[in-house]
Amino acid sequence: MAYFLELVINGALTGLMYSLAALGFVLIYKSAGVPNLAQGAIVMLAGYVVWLIASFGIPVYLAIVLGAVVMFGFGLLTERILLRRMVGQPIIMIVMLTLGLEIFLRGFGPGMLGAAPKSLDLGIGLAPIIIGDIFINRAYLVGGTVAVLLIGASLLFFRTRLGTKLRAVSDDHVSSWAVGISVERAIGISWGLAGIAAVAAGTLWGSVQGVDWTLSTLLFPAVAVVILGGIDSIWGVLVGGLLVGILGSVIPGYLDSIVGGGTRDVVTSLIILLTMMIRPYGIFGREDIERI
Amino acid sequence: MFYRLAGVHHTRYETARALWPIPADRKQVIVAGLIALVAPFFLSTLYLGSYMLPWLIWSSAALSLTLLMGMAGQLHFGFASVMAIGAYTSIHLARLGIPFELALIGAGAMSAVIGTVFGAAALRVKGLYLVIATLAMQYLVDWVIINVPAISGGAQATLRTPEVSFLLFPIESLTSRYYLALGWAALLAVFLMNVKRTSFGRALTAIRDKDFAAAVIGVDPFRYKLMAFFTSSFMGGVTGAMLAFCFYRAVTPEQFSFNVSIQLVAMVLVGGLGSVIGGFLGAAFVLLIPIVLTNFVAGLAASGWLAISSNLLAHVPLMIYGALIIGFLLLEPLGLAKIYDNTRKYFLVWPFRHSRS
Repeated sequence: MAYFLELVINGALTGLMYSLAALGFVLIYKSAGVPNLAQGAIVMLAGYVVWLIASFGIPVYLAIVLGAVVMFGFGLLTERILLRRMVGQPIIMIVMLTLGLEIFLRGFGPGMLGAAPKSLDLGIGLAPIIIGDIFINRAYLVGGTVAVLLIGASLLFFRTRLGTKLRAVSDDHVSSWAVGISVERAIGISWGLAGIAAVAAGTLWGSVQGVDWTLSTLLFPAVAVVILGGIDSIWGVLVGGLLVGILGSVIPGYLDSIVGGGTRDVVTSLIILLTMMIRPYGIFGREDIERI
Repeated sequence: MFYRLAGVHHTRYETARALWPIPADRKQVIVAGLIALVAPFFLSTLYLGSYMLPWLIWSSAALSLTLLMGMAGQLHFGFASVMAIGAYTSIHLARLGIPFELALIGAGAMSAVIGTVFGAAALRVKGLYLVIATLAMQYLVDWVIINVPAISGGAQATLRTPEVSFLLFPIESLTSRYYLALGWAALLAVFLMNVKRTSFGRALTAIRDKDFAAAVIGVDPFRYKLMAFFTSSFMGGVTGAMLAFCFYRAVTPEQFSFNVSIQLVAMVLVGGLGSVIGGFLGAAFVLLIPIVLTNFVAGLAASGWLAISSNLLAHVPLMIYGALIIGFLLLEPLGLAKIYDNTRKYFLVWPFRHSRS
């Protein structure tokens, strides 16, 4: 029982950290309708940026803030230079463009800064927290807390004046133009916000497993989170992250020893396939989502 | 002499409907075919074995995928797993002593069945969802192959291909493997060019352009989408077997990883969706340009023109490859086939500015 509880708790915390990577995906999809398959590589780039700033001797928490500024700018630039020119193109062009960006960044980051994993110390400490018989990973606990806070913050953000504009844009581009909202600026801002979410994900995952190209493989669990939760729903990110994390921890916890490892990707794939067969728009997604 | 449309007047429907209605195009195809046929006699083993042969096989793969993506408009981001199914099936069948010709067909059939099952599950959804569903197929098939010892022969195992013969010719020497790959690529090219002119091809095009409009005029979208998945997966499976027997001569799961799927989609897109010549050009471009440019950069670095670390040099191919995809999508979304088409039309009427066709 203690083993089961430990798997559930650590899985839920990992899942919340997946949600951080998924949050950027949802923010961009919600406003622009663009599936950003480069989000994994953007998370990796954010990890590298924070590490680079911290390596100049700047305290790591200040480096995170500076990194958020840099990645906000990166998001704005990506939208302006690459994605704005693809408006109105078929979905395959847009998907492939983001995949091209992903491949480019996966070469660019390690190529410029070295392929060896970089350690990013947040001063969290390694000793696990022990409650009864249950060991809880301290870094995951911090990561899960930050994820809940950020998702809460973005829920609140959508109630502000700017957030209301973003919601209007996600409803309908043409009507937003008609009432005087700049759709281009709203989409740019959501790319910037996705960059900030990537800084949180990159820093936390980087402190757990080191900053290197493997951070970009977060894309796959993040996509599963998004599909399960509903591709344009912030609540979906939270619930989907918890479910993907718990299932991706409990099932391999019991099955890996029997079938010989690697079941986590299978669980993730099955979550995606089953969601598509039973409820393609996810738990919280809008039903008209098949318009794409 | 240069005005190559001069004197070409079609007086019967058959000549106007021919694959290449213009004599200049026919001559080009004949010359290209002859060069491909005699290539083993004047190319060195290195060029034949490490450029021509993989190019032909990857072109076949791109052609198989372009039927699904270009003609039927269904995205597939797990095509490498389809090829993996074909490769493993053919090897196991050949090891059981089944003739190679039948093993190839068995490989295609197995890929087609599994590919269609996933297709049927994925076809409830469109666009982005289809991308992600086929991506999940890639991970599932990879996992099954790696973790079932009966298929992969163990976790880190490499399966060597047995010695086989095709229509009494032993597939052992480089030349025979080259001709087999050439024959398969030519067969696929002819098939794809003709499929566009059949009712099946026209139905696929109708579905690609607007599926409910196709349904209104009596084309069952689900049935034709499944048929497209079936045909495309069959050709992909046989190509996977070709890849295993003619090029690698051994299979490991890594040869068919997710990155290979992306590479195949890149070939189709860079070449031009739905175009046969685009399949060949795209495969050549995606395979060769990163190598050529990397050698160029390495040459610059070695001669001291460019200060570049060995670490950066190792990542240059990946960066070039990504930049290539982005550049093509932004600058020429219709791909190399469109560039070829523009050049051809320019030279068809060369001293003049405008063409009729």
